[in-house]
Amino acid sequence: MILQFFVLSQRGDNIVYRDSQKGSAETFFRKVKFWKENAEGDAPPVFNIDGVNYFHVKAAGLLFVATTRVNVSPSLVLELLQRIARVIKDYLGVLNEDSFRKNFVLVYELLDEVIDFGYVQTTSTEVLKSYVFNEPIVIDAARMPPLGPASIFMQGTKRMPGTAITKSVVTNEPGGRKRDEIFVDVIEKISVTFNSSGYILTSEIDGTIQMKSYLTGNPEIRLALNEDLSIGTSDYRGSGAVILDDCNFHESVHLDSFDVDRTLSLVQPEGEFPVMNYHMTQPFKPPFRINALIEETGSLNAEVTIKVRAEFNSSINANTVLVEMPLPSFTARVNFELEPGAVGHTTDFKEANKRLEWGLKKVGGGSEHTLRAKLTFSRSYMEIS
Amino acid sequence: MAPPPPQSHRSPSPSQPSGKSEVSDLKSQLRQLAGSRAPGADDSKRDLFKKVISNMTIGIDVSSLFGEMVMCSATSDIVLKKMCYLYVGNYAKGNPDLALLTINFLQRDCKDEDPMIRGLALRSLCSLRVANLVEYLVGPLGSGLKDNNSYVRMVAVIGVLKLYHISTSTCIDADFPATLKHLLLNDPDTQVVANCLSALQEIWTLESSTSEEAARERETLLSKPVVYYLLNRIKEFSEWAQCLVLELVSKYIPSDNSEIFDIMNLLEDRLQHANGAVVLATIKVFLQLTLSMADVHQQVYERIKAPLLTQVSSGSPEQSYAVLSHLHLLVMRAPYIFSSDYKHFYCQYNEPSYVKKLKLEMLTAVANESNTYEIVTELCEYAANVDIPIARESIRAVGKIALQQYDVNAIVDRLLQFLEMEKDYVTSEALVLVKDLLRKYPQWSQDCIAVVGNISSKNVQEPKAKAALIWMLGEYSQDMHDAPYVLESLVENWDEEHSAEVRLHLLTAVMKCFFKRPPETQKALGAALAAGIATDFHQDVHDRALFYYRLLQYNVSVAESVVNPPKQAVSVFADTQSSEIKDRIFDEFNSLSVVYQKPSYMFTDKEHRGTFEFADELGNLSISAESADSVVPAQRVEANDKDLLLSTSEKDEGRDPGSNGSVYNAPSYNGSSAPTTSQPLADLAFPSTGISGQAPASSLAIDDLLGLDFPVETAAMPSPPPLNLNPKAVLDPGAFQQKWRQLPISLSEEYSLSPQGVTSLTTPHALLRHMQSHSIQCIASGGQSPNFKFFFFAQKAEAASMYLVECIINTSSAKSQIKIKADDQSSSQAFSTLFQSALSKFGLP
Repeated sequence: MILQFFVLSQRGDNIVYRDSQKGSAETFFRKVKFWKENAEGDAPPVFNIDGVNYFHVKAAGLLFVATTRVNVSPSLVLELLQRIARVIKDYLGVLNEDSFRKNFVLVYELLDEVIDFGYVQTTSTEVLKSYVFNEPIVIDAARMPPLGPASIFMQGTKRMPGTAITKSVVTNEPGGRKRDEIFVDVIEKISVTFNSSGYILTSEIDGTIQMKSYLTGNPEIRLALNEDLSIGTSDYRGSGAVILDDCNFHESVHLDSFDVDRTLSLVQPEGEFPVMNYHMTQPFKPPFRINALIEETGSLNAEVTIKVRAEFNSSINANTVLVEMPLPSFTARVNFELEPGAVGHTTDFKEANKRLEWGLKKVGGGSEHTLRAKLTFSRSYMEIS
Repeated sequence: MAPPPPQSHRSPSPSQPSGKSEVSDLKSQLRQLAGSRAPGADDSKRDLFKKVISNMTIGIDVSSLFGEMVMCSATSDIVLKKMCYLYVGNYAKGNPDLALLTINFLQRDCKDEDPMIRGLALRSLCSLRVANLVEYLVGPLGSGLKDNNSYVRMVAVIGVLKLYHISTSTCIDADFPATLKHLLLNDPDTQVVANCLSALQEIWTLESSTSEEAARERETLLSKPVVYYLLNRIKEFSEWAQCLVLELVSKYIPSDNSEIFDIMNLLEDRLQHANGAVVLATIKVFLQLTLSMADVHQQVYERIKAPLLTQVSSGSPEQSYAVLSHLHLLVMRAPYIFSSDYKHFYCQYNEPSYVKKLKLEMLTAVANESNTYEIVTELCEYAANVDIPIARESIRAVGKIALQQYDVNAIVDRLLQFLEMEKDYVTSEALVLVKDLLRKYPQWSQDCIAVVGNISSKNVQEPKAKAALIWMLGEYSQDMHDAPYVLESLVENWDEEHSAEVRLHLLTAVMKCFFKRPPETQKALGAALAAGIATDFHQDVHDRALFYYRLLQYNVSVAESVVNPPKQAVSVFADTQSSEIKDRIFDEFNSLSVVYQKPSYMFTDKEHRGTFEFADELGNLSISAESADSVVPAQRVEANDKDLLLSTSEKDEGRDPGSNGSVYNAPSYNGSSAPTTSQPLADLAFPSTGISGQAPASSLAIDDLLGLDFPVETAAMPSPPPLNLNPKAVLDPGAFQQKWRQLPISLSEEYSLSPQGVTSLTTPHALLRHMQSHSIQCIASGGQSPNFKFFFFAQKAEAASMYLVECIINTSSAKSQIKIKADDQSSSQAFSTLFQSALSKFGLP
């Protein structure tokens, strides 16, 4: 099935390859760049050149690429590429070009056990532990950037540092002790579209309950969800219930008790994995309300006012909030004016993609913040292009 | 100590000087450690091995270290073993001598007490890929398949497949496939079972082109005992192996409906798997199993909606794209089921453009009376998107929805607003759509023309948009006040206009304008014809200008009736893809065909295709009935478009220019007078046949008008000589498909099959080889007993003339139905006689 596998850096350098000729990597990278340079948007994750199918997945600034000549399931290969990236991350702790180069022997060992003659053998971190013997060389996690959305909300000060889950799951602590920790993250992506009057047009949440386990002995774990959780329109459990459109589960999850009391049982596989994905379109109150006002102040000038209001409880803080706004392509310069007393705010005008960014280090529940930006254009926006 | 092996020739490398000294250093260090038993020696060896592999990875030739590497690897340290095997595997391919030296210690390691080492050594041994050494593989592989450790068995099964690819005969002679079959049905480890399934499918597929036994064995993989055995263990398999099993199940033909429901109930929970590949593979099973049960099939669509939408939104953008492509295919087949879910297809600002494009297509597909307003409102927001390709696609989507006749008033208003946005790409896209709208809704011309008239032609640069504007200027010149003068200024810039499409439209538009407002247009017409005839190097432009000139010379009123006849509104724009192709893509659900939107034969090399890539399931019969209905609107399209033939170079923008040219080259044939035979089965494959029959008439008319003088034979030869066929005829599936679509049916007949032939047709393969011996090649075959379906082709000896055949055989009634198409139709009867003779001999000794 899979002919070749390779990992490329953003510059197209070959970091890892298996059963590959260099020409293939170059052909692929040229095509991806060509796609972008000709304003055709992003190269699709799978395309065909001269009878060879190229699949690619982006992860941590790297391109994981596989090729086939036969007609295969695109979903399977793309999912496999993602899984390979995740397994390697489980082993190295941190996934980036540096850790790859330092651990290339280990990576080759993993790849040999994951794929044999193009056929997938296993992607289970737990199973691989009995096949793989190289020890990872760890990268200093302190150099990693802070975690993304998962760390944005927190209550109080009781939390582990964001770098806690960047350890390898297969190494032992100094002194030979095994860690007895498990991390459960609930990550929700909220998409809301407002109209110019501030009304919500569409809103939806895509959530993932993610686990990363360092426990020994694979104990059974029970995860209890809301008893009044409903799934789909036909499964109604009373007013005020949380209604999910649909959800899916990792294969290690047993659903025997789920229908009765919404409890999930699982025998914990090692490594990082999504226990459950869910999707909901039930109307909800979004955590932030945003208003944007644009005024023309001259033929070459305009002023933008952005107001952000945190609509959640005052005992909760949002950390590392970033507000982005696209600006006209002929914007030449932006001057920012922060509200008096603003602390921990940063502003930036990204010339490359004509976008303003407003960073707020900490937003308390119930608070409101305002940014004014004065735009200077390189030509009048009334001119015909 | 044995002398080091002779050094192989080094490939030139810019880093050779430094590499050379480093290789020497590594060599001496390895030699020192080779016999060492000191504590920590293994750690030192590991470091050295890593350096060797690092050098190997960046292209430095370290093959001279072979002897030292082998000596150092006489250890129980598995890390060292793995690195040594990695090293050996890399160099064995290009160095048979080194490979031979490797055999001894790999064979020894295959008997090691540690199963991990046994497995690793076996995998390395099988990866050497040196044909001369296959005899050394048979013993270890045989032992590996019987090993008590599942890891070794797992490796051994894939090893058999590797052996098959190195030396087919060695693998078959050792009877390894039979051993794999035994393991498939008995091994307790599911990954071993999965590997057996992969290996057997590949071996028996490749082998079945030369072996009937292999073809039969391949069919047993689809037997009820095998399928049920695998299904009952499906949860034990890894998610990847589950996909493999599900793909097999999707080809299984249950014997009754209770089997169908049993399978679906067993697999119901696979739809809630987090791995999108498992979900799609399960969906394929559900769709294939219920294809012949219309009501249940619809229920399946309802059931799979939610899991698919969840996969789209929860996965990565790449996985989202793959799932969305399949969702797109389903939406196109059953838009009404998804029409209430249109909000799921709204674009999110940070999605990659490849996802957005798909979503725009799906919004177009699900639009109906109740949701069009909201969808169009959403699409109009995207038109202001900073992502210009997406903005263009959004405007096109609005236009497509307008052509679907829902809420046309509001949509027309929006399209006209686009024209006033004063962004060049928005204006361009909107102009093309307004032109299409006018062809379908002439009653809107007043409103559209009022806005279009305000657009300066200088602000329209894109060829397609400029052509659309010119078309409107010509078509509605009586209503557009300054049409003659705009056209005149465009003609004055003839030499600077690089697009032939624009110049062709300009010629036609000026002619139309001349017929309506002759005094104001005469000068422009003269200039256009002069430019086209005298200085234009584009053949089409030149020929059209000359044609128009001669028409005008002959008679102005005749010219007007030819160039600008009364027209009917275009009711349906031709579909860009035949329903046959769409059905084939559906059959190949959960494969790249869905993402590429092409059947696999269009993008897969011949040797990487399965033998029965064209397999038709019985369920397709019901689909074909629908396909037959679509012939009528298609013909209507043709009839209406014919009136526009001389007005525009592109009757339908979606039509393939290549096939458009081919249509005109078709031989003269009146389809309505074709002899018709009543058929028990509807024409399953190509409902668009009727279209081709009418195009040749137009083609001949054009030839006459151009005054071209072709010698025409007025009498057929009284008795043509016997037909000889080329035994080495070649035709690729794409070309076959195209020819089949273009050529009319020249003969349609029914034959009886001999009882021996019926008996011999247990597998289609026997018939293929029989016909091949009569110089008739099979390009596709499929179906299930008692209905088999074949597509054959043949070629005249010493000529390029081709014959195409659709052959449906019913083994219970012992009858075959034949449809023949031919480049040279006068010889169709002779070919039919030959074909019938060959077919009637099938099964006879």
